[in-house]
Amino acid sequence: MTYNYPDSTGHFGQFGGIYMAETLIPAVEELRTQYLRYQNDPEFKAEFAYELKHYVGRPSPIYHAKRLSESLGGAQIYLKREDLNHTGAHKINNAIGQALLAKRMGKKRVIAETGAGMHGVATATVAARFGMECVVYMGAEDIQRQAPNVFRMKLLGATVVPVTSGSKTLKDACNEAIRDWVTNVESTFYIFGTAAGPHPYPMMVRDFQCVIGNEAKVQMPEMIGRQPDAVIACVGGGSNAIGLFYPYIEEKSVQIIGVEAGGHGISSGQHAAPLTANAKVGVLHGNKVYLMQDENGQIIETHSISAGLDYPGVGPEHCLLKDQGRAQYVAINDDEALAAFDALCRFEGIIPALESSHALAHAMKIAPTMAKDKVLLVNLSGRGDKDMNTVAKLKGITL
Amino acid sequence: MSRIQTTFDKLKQHNRRALIPFITAGDPSPQLTVPLMHGLVESGADVLELGVPFSDPMADGPVIQRASERALKQGMSLRGVLDLVAEFRKRDNNTPVVLMGYGNPIEAMGWENFAKRCAEVGVDGVLTVDFPPEESHEAFEHLQAHGIDPIFLLAPTTDDARVARVAKLARGYVYYVSLKGVTGSGNLDLSAIAEKIPQLRKHIKLPIGVGFGIRDAATAQAVAKLCDGVVVGSRIVQEIENSTEQNVVANVAKLVKELRVAIDQK
Repeated sequence: MTYNYPDSTGHFGQFGGIYMAETLIPAVEELRTQYLRYQNDPEFKAEFAYELKHYVGRPSPIYHAKRLSESLGGAQIYLKREDLNHTGAHKINNAIGQALLAKRMGKKRVIAETGAGMHGVATATVAARFGMECVVYMGAEDIQRQAPNVFRMKLLGATVVPVTSGSKTLKDACNEAIRDWVTNVESTFYIFGTAAGPHPYPMMVRDFQCVIGNEAKVQMPEMIGRQPDAVIACVGGGSNAIGLFYPYIEEKSVQIIGVEAGGHGISSGQHAAPLTANAKVGVLHGNKVYLMQDENGQIIETHSISAGLDYPGVGPEHCLLKDQGRAQYVAINDDEALAAFDALCRFEGIIPALESSHALAHAMKIAPTMAKDKVLLVNLSGRGDKDMNTVAKLKGITL
Repeated sequence: MSRIQTTFDKLKQHNRRALIPFITAGDPSPQLTVPLMHGLVESGADVLELGVPFSDPMADGPVIQRASERALKQGMSLRGVLDLVAEFRKRDNNTPVVLMGYGNPIEAMGWENFAKRCAEVGVDGVLTVDFPPEESHEAFEHLQAHGIDPIFLLAPTTDDARVARVAKLARGYVYYVSLKGVTGSGNLDLSAIAEKIPQLRKHIKLPIGVGFGIRDAATAQAVAKLCDGVVVGSRIVQEIENSTEQNVVANVAKLVKELRVAIDQK
């Protein structure tokens, strides 16, 4: 394997690192030490595998979206069904991994940030499963657009704290979770939801999410006798994407495509697509990444129809994969994502999350330009139940 | 000799502790920042910490968060802060000024441009909250080249080995964060500070300032007995928030005078 990141200091080329206030540096160092200790521990790995199989319901199937593909008249679209996981998204893979680590580190309290609420629900779920106190920080605006998930977290016993600072979305929820962590650093494990943040999070979250790509690499040859021509996933922070992409990095015949949230369009400035829009490198939430910011280095407010992609940065490994040219990053606008959402409902009887609809929309865009024997594997990272209110509102319907 | 070192040397000769107030540049308005800085010095401040507002102040409590928001709303930027320091230096060439903030605005400006401009306008030290020693190579190199002191934080969670590491890089003074939490929290533990400072002194030969959570004259007085400088931020920023444009300079001056009297008591 020639690709080997991050380096021992947590850098992916110029990206990544541990850009945190001093109080938290010992905590991230301790986390790194403990993760390195358990990462290859047979007992830890066996427990993780057991939970993924019996609690999450893995492996998640791959499904050939035949009617949708036929309607497009080009490449065949296959879906990695992370939406069928317990709690309805890929987020649970990582939440279980980190909870098992928290348990071994003797932490009785876990905190999390959440955007769409899927990582919050996953964290609340594992906290209930392992008997830990759970506090979830969520932007006040996201609480509005994702009300069903807020209720789910409360049912699971978590405290949901509305964050009213800044843009009241995911980045502000991150700020607030970091403030909690610095205050309660000894008792608390921060279950970070995406493959970003200070080292070791980008590496650790990727490793826990790699189950997606590792399964797909076995499942695709079983289904079609070979690997797909491209793997496609939506990218906010980028955890579902890196989970699918990472095992394919050395499979050079497989194209890797990350799909960012284009919002109202890249030229409108109202989007959440730092890679596609060629944002400058910057530092936020513990890592150096491509970051949406103004000329003075202030972080600018992003826009996306999907709360889970509404974030100004992106994980450091995606930044590196872009620079290396190994992965390609594109953006899908709000209305294109909505059209894909509708299409999957009607053609396949699957209601996708708005986040995943971005990845699907890109597949639908390129499929007609490709031969019918080409295969696109889309990560259907979550289901759309949580988005009923948002979609109804956009269609002018009151539920 | 740098302004910071001169100031601490002089204080040491008189067996006094430094009073280090913090305000956010541009709060309550860019026009009032320089008058506030002069007011702080006239009321007894020895070193000024000037906050550079940032959109995502992760290490700050609600009081300084709101100050940042007010400043940004009025167009305050890193370049604007540097201009304010230049303005301040027209009347005060002795009081050390330390910029405190987050790394991204500096990254956006470029460390070389930033350090050069710091030297031009008379900034003495720079504290970048989210740049620990591990990520400070570039910053250190450029700041040092222009004679600007890189100021580092130490925390209750910092172990002996890290203290030694910081000791090698730190210049000017070291800022000990007196509690686990964000700025302006209220759970400061005096006995823990009393225990930690001598441990820090094993490696740190620079003056040690203590801050975070010093909310009144009595606490300032108690903390002053344990270290070389007392940093007061949120309490002053709160005073700014609760004042009008007309009385803010006078109100802050009154508060700082009280703090001065308290820390000077033997």
